[in-house]
This record gives sequence, C-alpha cells and structure tokens, in this order.
Amino acid sequence: MSASDAALRRSPPTSDLPLPPPSSPPARRPRRGRAAWFLYPPLLLLAAVFLFPFYWMVKSSLVDLGSIFEPTPSLVPHNPTLSNFVTALTMFPFGRFFLNSLFVAVLTVAGTLLTASMCAFSFSRLRWRWRSRVFSVVLTGMMLPFFVVMIPQFIMWRYLGLTNGFTPLIAPAWFGGGVFNIFLLRQFFLGIPRDLDEAAVMDGASKARIFFQIILPLSKPALIVVGLLTFLASWNDYLAPLIFITTEEKYTLMLGLNMFLGGYTAQWNYLMAATCAIVLPSVLIFLVAQKYLMEGIVMTGLKG
Amino acid sequence: MATSSIQRREGAAGWFFAAPVILGWIIFVAGPVLVTLFLALTEYSVGGSPRFLGLDNYRRFFTSADPSFFASVRATSLYVLLTVPACVLVAFALALLLNTRVRARGIFRAALFLPVIIPLAASSVIWMWLFQPNFGVVNFVIRTLGLPAPLWLASETTVIPTMVLQNVWLTGNSMVIFLAALQGVPRHLYEALEVDGGNAFHRLVYITLPMVSPTIFFAVITGFINALQAFVQPAIMTSDAYHAGGPNNSSLLYVLFLYQEAFRFSKLGSASSAAVLLFAVIGTLTWLFFRFSRSLVYYEGAERT
Repeated sequence: MSASDAALRRSPPTSDLPLPPPSSPPARRPRRGRAAWFLYPPLLLLAAVFLFPFYWMVKSSLVDLGSIFEPTPSLVPHNPTLSNFVTALTMFPFGRFFLNSLFVAVLTVAGTLLTASMCAFSFSRLRWRWRSRVFSVVLTGMMLPFFVVMIPQFIMWRYLGLTNGFTPLIAPAWFGGGVFNIFLLRQFFLGIPRDLDEAAVMDGASKARIFFQIILPLSKPALIVVGLLTFLASWNDYLAPLIFITTEEKYTLMLGLNMFLGGYTAQWNYLMAATCAIVLPSVLIFLVAQKYLMEGIVMTGLKG
Repeated sequence: MATSSIQRREGAAGWFFAAPVILGWIIFVAGPVLVTLFLALTEYSVGGSPRFLGLDNYRRFFTSADPSFFASVRATSLYVLLTVPACVLVAFALALLLNTRVRARGIFRAALFLPVIIPLAASSVIWMWLFQPNFGVVNFVIRTLGLPAPLWLASETTVIPTMVLQNVWLTGNSMVIFLAALQGVPRHLYEALEVDGGNAFHRLVYITLPMVSPTIFFAVITGFINALQAFVQPAIMTSDAYHAGGPNNSSLLYVLFLYQEAFRFSKLGSASSAAVLLFAVIGTLTWLFFRFSRSLVYYEGAERT
C-alpha cells in the first residue's frame, strides 16, 4: 500500500466530483448543538491571528514612511493614501512582470491539461502491451525532488540556447504535465462508465474522438481542479525562474518582488504595496474557486 | 496467435497518447538523474568539460573542508524537526476544532486556509515586515507586554524558529486534508462508543486517531519531504546578492546550499553530489516510514498480522 493509494482511497473516482462543500454533510454529532458555543471564542481568535498578517500588509501599504517608523504603530492607517502603489508599481516594470507571469502560467496550464489528460486517457482507457509496466515506471517521477534533476536540466537548456527565455519554465508541462496530474485524471477517467465509449465505438468513433468528445467534456470538474492547481503552482514558482531567467525584461512577478526587496529593504510602505499587488490575484482566485481548490487539495494529498 | 488489426490499432493509439509522458520521463527525469549521478563524480562548471574526481566531492563534504555543508545539515535538521511536528499538530488541532457543530464553518476554514494560497515569496516578505526587530508589529506587542524582544530573522538562534512559525501559519493545506479525513470517519463508531459510555478523550484516542492515522502518516512523510526541500523562505528572507543563509550560515537550508554551490559558485559537480545525498536521504526516510508504518497505522480492511 503506497502513500498515493492511501491518498486516493479517501476520494473514490466518481463523476459527481467535486464533492459537496464540507459544510453540507451532517457534522458527526448532530445532537449536540448546544455544546458548541464555547468553540467560538477560540475560533474567532485563531481566524483573527491567521488573517492579521493580511490586514497589516494592507494597512502598511496605505501609510507614508513616517508612519512606518513610528515607535507606537497605530492599528488603523491615518491619512490613508494610494500613492505607495503608484510609486511602487512604476519604479519597476511590474506590468511587464505581470504579463510574463501570466504568459508562463497560461501556457503551462494549457500544456498540462492537454498532455496530462492524453496520457491519463491512454493509461485508463486504451489497451496496449506494456501499459501497466510503463505506467509504473513513469510513476517513479512522482516523488523525485526537483533538485535532483535541476542541474542537468539547466545544462540542457543552456546548451540549447534557451535559458533566459520562457521555454524552460513551460516546456515540462507539455510533456505529461507532471505525473501527479496524470495520476489524478486517470483515477477520474476510471470512474466514467465504459458503456459510453463502447457505444461510440459501435457508431464508428475513433479513439481521438472518444477522448475529445466524450471523456474530456465529462471530466470538466477534474480538469478545473488540475488547471487551478497548476496555474497557482506556476504563478507562485520562485525557484525555476530564478535559475532560468537572467534579464529584467523576462522577470516573472516573483523575481520582480525579490529585486524590489533587494533595492528597497527599509521602505516597507512601498514593499507592502508591491506585495499587496502580487497577492491580490491569488486571493481573487481563491475567492472565486474556493470549492474546487479545497477539493483539489484533498485529492492531491499534501502536494504543496 | 495473431493479433487483430483492431487491437494493433488500439496499441498504436495507446503509445501515441502516452507519448508525452514517456518522452517527458526520459528527458526530464531519467536522463537528468543519470547525468546528476555522473556529474557528482566530477568537477564541472558551465562551459568547461567535466574532470573526473571519483568520490572527492563527497569526501570534501564529510571532512571539514567545507564548513557550510555541515552548517546547512545542522540548520536543515533543526528546521525539519521543528516544522513537521509543529505543523502536523497544529493542523490536526485546527481540523478537530472545525469538525464540530459550529456555524459558519466554511468561513473559518477559508480564513485559516487563506495564507496557503498566496505566493510563498510574498508571504515571506510579509513575515519579514511583521517580525522586523525594531519597527515590526510583533516586537511592538512583545515590548508592550514588557518582555524582551527577540531579533527573529536577524539572530542566529531565532532565525529557524521564526521560519517554523511561518510554516505553522501556512498549515492550512494539511488542515483541509485532516478535516476531510475526519469527516470520513463512520458515525456509527462514535455512536457505539457513546452507548458504552465513552467520553471525549476516549472518542479521540480509540476512534478518531486510529481511523485517520493513514492520513496523519501521509502528512508526516510529505511534511518531511517538503521541509527537506524548503528553499524560498531562506532565499527571500535571509539572503542577499552577496551572501545566502543569514549570519554564520544559520539559515543556510540544505537546498539553498545546493543552489549556491551550483549557481553562485558554479561548482556543478559538487552541487550534483549534494543532490545525490538529498535523494538518498529522502529515499531512505520514505523507505523507513513505510517499513514502520504497519505498527503505527491502522488501515481499515487490511489484514492484521
């Protein structure tokens, strides 16, 4: 029994994924409604503590440098201003960085969705010799630390003259998009009734048609989960851009943030304004797609 | 026995659809692993050609010729041994707290999960500001309470605990998984215990913990594997253009050391041997965990031996 089996046992492949949000199933002690009131103070306190860093970031981004260095910081900003944002975001070409990050993330998601679902289709639906052997060999890539393959990959991209470009960041996604995603989609595909493809075969449909017109449309929830997690992983990535990108015009947002940090260490009002702007897209995605994200986290185990 | 043409065609389609990951495995996994194993035995920098050294790279690590190696092992051990238990305990406690009959549970869960969603680089910058020794809000509160204010990231002794504290803040991932596992525990077990007169402590020890032990086990393993590869925090918070890993290498986590060998000092051979060691440690740990998992974890439906 492997760890991945353990993870998947909790999420049997069913087509009604994503599961209903955990607020709807009954709590485990439905008769004890009265006993819960004393849980609110600790929960409220915890939520306040966990959210405070966000509040402090926003508050600090709205004040001038003088207020930053006050010996007694105030909880609410006096004379709030948006001028830090203007200054911070024009000091460096953050618009450029934003577009770079977006470009990389979108192409990474596209490659992952296409190739991971193709491979998952092959490993779940098509019958070929060596299939299970190939699958188990490919699975060895799942737990492999990136640091073990980082240096040869760097040498390869340099040799091909493709460093300081976006190719090294995007290309791996077009070669299967990560074994984990294949694994996940495969589990999902296995839950789609076979009668559907058999009926299509009777009608003379090709494998490609079954894939594009039956399997993919039925797998939208799983594809959304994989797409979201892939987008966030690419958007948040710091290490790969740090290794492969060298010139400022190719910087992603995270590299831009680091450059900003190096240049303006003590100017926390500007730094927090820049951080706010960088955090905002992720928070928006979270608010819009919370349900899918939570489901995705549960499905993938602890993939960070 | 002759295979029919339909089977042959399906076989061809199978290889075709699986081709991306097969190629990807060769190009991005198998090939690089072999190259890393080879480079680990050489001295190599970009543009040059590898010079064979045998095991000298490893030998240099383990004799005290390179003090930063030992510093990184020390820092990483502390980081991992603090992070994993702290995060698993806090995540589990939070999940227990949320797995009760409280209203607006979705909102609490979202609040506790939100830190996970933002880029780690950005959350590290926020952490630097909160824990800034002179003007940070954390030390303001501590001073107001009349306690001595630590230097946090700026001090050799507190830098790793400060990062661990941040990891606890980022524990929402495991919390969500624990919560899902807790909700999967069959309710009839609790009802049976209630009939027998068990209290809350019995519920936790005799039902909840055994039933979610596979999930805890999984969280501990992946926690170890991830913590061993923590890079962003020290790279953002305690490194600058000239020096990585804080004063006296106190936060030179292992993979930052590896990164530095490779891309700052251009010692790709030495960095490769560091990567091989990391691989070996992670592999061994995973093997040990699974070796001992049977005595610690209860798998429903598994045969007991």
